Amino acid sequence: MTGRHYVGSREPRIDGRDKVSGAAHFVDDLEFGPDLLHAAVVESPHAHARIVAIDTAAAAAMPGVVAVVTGADFPFTFGLYMKDRYVFAQDRVRFVGEQVAAVVARDPAKAKRAAAAIEVTYDKLPAVLDVERATADDADLIHPDLGEYPHVPWFFPRGGTNVAHWRKIRKGDPEAGFAEADVVLEDTYTVPRYAHCAIEPHVVVAQQDHAGRLTVWSASQSPYIQRDLFADALSPLGLTHHDIRVITPYVGGGFGGKAGVTMEIIGAALATAVKGHPVKLRWTREQEFYNTYQRQGVVARLKVGAKADGTITALEHVLQWDAGAYVEYGANVVNAAGLSATGPYRINNVGIDSVCIYTNLPPGGPYRGFGYSEFHFGLESHMTRLAQQLGIDPVEFRRINAIAEGDTLPYGAAMNASGLREAIDRTAAAIDWGTDEESSDPRTRIGKGFALFWKAPAMPPNASSAAFLKFNEDGSINITVSGMEIGQGYLTVMAQIAAEVLGVPPSKIRVETPDTDRNPYEWQTVASHVTWSCGNAVLAAAGEARDRIFEVVRRARGYDPSTLYLEDEKVKCTEVPELQLPLSDLVTSGLAMEDGTWRGGPIVGSGTYMPEFTSALSNPETGQGGHPNVHYTTGAAGIVLEVDLETGRMKVRKVALAVDAGTAINPTMVEGQITGGVLQGLATVLYEDMRFDDEGRLRNPSFTDYKIPTSLDTPDIVIPIIVEVPQPDGPFGARGVGEHTMIPAAPMVANAVDDATGLRITSMPITAEKVALAMLEAST
Amino acid sequence: MRTVTRHQIRTIVNGEPTLVEAEANDVLLDVLRTALGIKSPKIGCERGDCGSCTVLLDGRTVRSCLVLAVEADAHEITTVEGLEHDGLTAVQEMFIEQSSFQCGFCAPGIVLAAAELIERTPHPTADEVREAIAGNLCRCTGYESIVDAVLAAAGSGTSATTRPTSSGASS
Repeated sequence: MTGRHYVGSREPRIDGRDKVSGAAHFVDDLEFGPDLLHAAVVESPHAHARIVAIDTAAAAAMPGVVAVVTGADFPFTFGLYMKDRYVFAQDRVRFVGEQVAAVVARDPAKAKRAAAAIEVTYDKLPAVLDVERATADDADLIHPDLGEYPHVPWFFPRGGTNVAHWRKIRKGDPEAGFAEADVVLEDTYTVPRYAHCAIEPHVVVAQQDHAGRLTVWSASQSPYIQRDLFADALSPLGLTHHDIRVITPYVGGGFGGKAGVTMEIIGAALATAVKGHPVKLRWTREQEFYNTYQRQGVVARLKVGAKADGTITALEHVLQWDAGAYVEYGANVVNAAGLSATGPYRINNVGIDSVCIYTNLPPGGPYRGFGYSEFHFGLESHMTRLAQQLGIDPVEFRRINAIAEGDTLPYGAAMNASGLREAIDRTAAAIDWGTDEESSDPRTRIGKGFALFWKAPAMPPNASSAAFLKFNEDGSINITVSGMEIGQGYLTVMAQIAAEVLGVPPSKIRVETPDTDRNPYEWQTVASHVTWSCGNAVLAAAGEARDRIFEVVRRARGYDPSTLYLEDEKVKCTEVPELQLPLSDLVTSGLAMEDGTWRGGPIVGSGTYMPEFTSALSNPETGQGGHPNVHYTTGAAGIVLEVDLETGRMKVRKVALAVDAGTAINPTMVEGQITGGVLQGLATVLYEDMRFDDEGRLRNPSFTDYKIPTSLDTPDIVIPIIVEVPQPDGPFGARGVGEHTMIPAAPMVANAVDDATGLRITSMPITAEKVALAMLEAST
Repeated sequence: MRTVTRHQIRTIVNGEPTLVEAEANDVLLDVLRTALGIKSPKIGCERGDCGSCTVLLDGRTVRSCLVLAVEADAHEITTVEGLEHDGLTAVQEMFIEQSSFQCGFCAPGIVLAAAELIERTPHPTADEVREAIAGNLCRCTGYESIVDAVLAAAGSGTSATTRPTSSGASS
């Protein structure tokens, strides 16, 4: 037995052939036959209005129309962490684009035409479009019934206001901390809303058969959560978990936008109105922008004090989140940010207020980074500025204060093992930090920026994973799990974990996409947790299968199991080198005895994982006492940025990003997360943002007007750096890295712009136009 | 007398002579997916922005969401399914070997864009590869792994930018 064979290896993706050959099927590619119906939705044109009347008569009479439904047909609410959302709007609409009614017809064009014929009469209400307005004393209430909504025990809604949740952290004595500081810096940072822009739009097909069973095919990161929320929302129709099946084939990108339930509830409900028929609802690109989750905007007021020697003495962070019309998922983004808004620093005196505020904009929700990208913009801008004021090198300032294993987290628990210091050092070296670079072009100047990052999975304390594993006759393996392959390489990594235990190459292991009837439970594919959590379940399942193989060999051949091991698809023995028993000789057939009888039988394994040490319960006024986060992944990033001093145009010369993967099960996949996450993050700071008009309408719901990066918009050089300080409870020491790579992009650009021009920009995005105007203002 | 006539479109789809009927306003993407059951061209934006519906029309990439089906009459259409009949092309194999794609939704379009490029320019530079796939949006990869694989498949020597010297090291 030598070292690891498959864990840590650059195995090619096991889904690679499917994806480049056209074989990979996404929901919209599945065939449902000539009986397939198509749905179209009637959307609110107003950000806030009462629904006075809905006239569906003309639509219902149109040719090809099979059903027309409104909120009267489905007076049901749903929600992941708080039940504040409606399947169809009831008495009022709360954002432009909210679903008011729907048509099911024989083809998409007929459905669309009939939807346009539905007449809705509205009584407009004042639209609350920003957090300032929403928190004013005389603010109009967006959810008058907020006080009655069911919610998880770690939310603290304030009925009679627009505050849906308020996460407080109080640790130490901030006042005393600021008193002992030599420098105290205070400023406000603003971050707008952003769109995920997965290239595959949301799509759902749902069918309730004549026996009453509801099957839903959805482009989702969360098949089990979807089944759970469908069962809850549609329980008045008599549907239970037993009746509902969610199937998710390949998903064309998620980034959080396909977590939880958004438009899929419409498909599930419509299927019950056209029993027997499959019905498809596919969002257009425009709907993809305005009626799925958006990344929430935030106004962050930050105050940090430090001593002359660089020690941070206190931090106060007030985050006011524009959470949108429904916060059933987004309030947990607010919660997660509130728990961790110190960033990866050792700070003894902390006050954090992370406030979830309803507005009449589309619902906020999870987006890669889950609140951390948003607060890191201000925090990491601030850290560089504080270092500058103290006359300390910004990287050295971060080294002085970087959190280490055993340090006390904002909520009182201890920090996990972390390679943060190594990440800082290697990133700084990769961008030659401390060496000024001169541009050869006199019109441009080169600046460098640096930022740290951390993030923990935001999960309920009982979020868990499970895996089934079976051997086939030829010694190949099928694994069923319910994590989702959203591009990150999850299927491949699960195969590598099983491969390592069972001595079977990943190319002989299929890992199947979810089907809630057949694949075991997974909470969701979010939070960068599936490598760690589901990886542990697969590790357990593979271990069980291995133990069963050894037991068969013991019973049939008499070997001591403690001397057996698996390698090269064979059972081998440390004591008897001659034993080279191919797995294919026993994993389904069993082993033959001399008397003609057989021992064993098909080898299967199952495994589960739940982090039993977590708890979301804590003192609501201080946040102390619980253990809400399982662990943090940390890292550092640096940028070399060329800024045109006339136009503000920026060119990214180089980015280095180091992330502590614990153990990189597949370094190629980790690097893929780095190059992809860096570009997605750079886009949020250099050009993307959602623009709304003063009626709450999104002005740029297309790729023409909401530009995402093309192959011509990438940095000249991206240097991915993998740090590996193992996570003790991770599979082979692994922890997640998927979201983290986009978190430091915005502040490192802000810091580099400052380094190049001396100008500090405190609002995102930092476009060429904004930089040019700032330079113009500074020169006059 | 009111007469509605569907247009007959004679085309070669992935090497196979094909007769298909369509309305005058049907776009090629929908006819390929719905009437012919060819699913690799994807619906991403329906306005020519994203490139996930890319197909080859007489060997040239077009966005099939912007091409009327009747325009394909007397022309040849190739999708990823028809790129090569005896296994995958070299660039596809390299995409697999280098794990170039993540979610894979953009992959059929980019495979075709790369195929067209290599057909025209057998040994492209990194800039030429970037230019060739600039009309195909990918939200996952940051493009580097795709550009690198096309260069490797075309035998264009050193790769684009990102293969690090410092990766994979352990602490």
